[in-house]
Amino acid sequence: MILDILALTLIALGAAFFVAGTIGLLRFPDTLCRLHALTKADGLGMGLTCLGVTLLAGSAGEIARILLIWFFVAASSAICGHLIARHVRRATDTEER
Amino acid sequence: MADPLLIFDALLGVALIALAIAVLVVRDRFAMIVLFIIFGLMTALAWVRLSAPDVALAEAAIGTGLAGALMLKTLHHIRAAPAAPVPVSVGVVFANMGFCAMVFVGLAIAFMATSLEAPGLAPQVAQNIDASGVAHPVTAVLLNFRAYDTLMEVVVLLAAIIAVWMIERGIEQAPARHLGEIYRGFARLALPAIVVIGTYLLWVGAYAPGGAFQGGAALAAVGLLLLLSGLYRPQPAHRPIARLGFVLGIAVFASVALLVASGGRLPFEYPPAHAKTLILLIEGVVTISIAVTLAALFHGREPEAIPVSETRA
Repeated sequence: MILDILALTLIALGAAFFVAGTIGLLRFPDTLCRLHALTKADGLGMGLTCLGVTLLAGSAGEIARILLIWFFVAASSAICGHLIARHVRRATDTEER
Repeated sequence: MADPLLIFDALLGVALIALAIAVLVVRDRFAMIVLFIIFGLMTALAWVRLSAPDVALAEAAIGTGLAGALMLKTLHHIRAAPAAPVPVSVGVVFANMGFCAMVFVGLAIAFMATSLEAPGLAPQVAQNIDASGVAHPVTAVLLNFRAYDTLMEVVVLLAAIIAVWMIERGIEQAPARHLGEIYRGFARLALPAIVVIGTYLLWVGAYAPGGAFQGGAALAAVGLLLLLSGLYRPQPAHRPIARLGFVLGIAVFASVALLVASGGRLPFEYPPAHAKTLILLIEGVVTISIAVTLAALFHGREPEAIPVSETRA
């Protein structure tokens, strides 16, 4: 029971971070600021959600799979952020030239 | 008190319709593609809610992931060679509307004519699943009970890649710049994992959601990563290997059917004792073919000799 409440709290907290990231995405002025809000908030939201789901998982195998999913989603969202920022920087470089 | 998930389902349904309208209405091509990808993800979620994880996996992997990548690549091609947009005549618009209306009316009639209590074919599948060689009903249907349809689905992919290799001429042959060292590092990290996931999806199809199309799509992602990171450059010398990859699945699939037929049975009527082996063999080679074909579709043209002067780092 306590474990359930803890897990739900973590997942709700994770969802709150996703909402915060989305608000940042909608409200911030340029792409780099938006990326800043989105990558950080979503990374934390993802971690908290995974932690919460891990507490609800039934077996060691499930936990291992959730952790793997967390690792790869975190890695790929970091790479996505990097690629978008790189693209933005190149695009602005060509404009200034 | 209604089921709380009913609210979620209703929201999901509204979101799907809204996204479908947005895809058609939005003017910017890039936004259109992004919206279509989101639409695909939501559709996959809807399939999960309909308890069809096989379809959800296929929708997420092929309908969203690979189709999205193909459309973005096509957009890149179009941008590289800008052409004046061809105005669509009113007749074509109305013809398309007529065809869409016909599909809609046909689906509506089919839906109305089917009684909601009808058991469908599920009991028959459940009765005969022991003879199919696999424990997962979807795989039993796809690879055994209606294997001919599945063979034709792979033939469609082959037809697509033949068409692409034939018509895609005149686009610059120089490879696009790769996405940088950090992306290469990510590719090195992700590639082995995707290979494991793809093989797992193929293997698990015998008794759980998964199978050749889902596994093939995951393995095609390996091809995409290799192409985007510049770790692999298609060479003209690789064409025979690619062609072998394209036809391998169909060749083995059809040969198995013909061999079974030569033993006094119907085509695709696998002997129950060997059904599991044959299905695994077919799924394995079909997975390879699907992966190679989808990756080649992403590359979008037949690899041709590139003059040294045109290559870019």
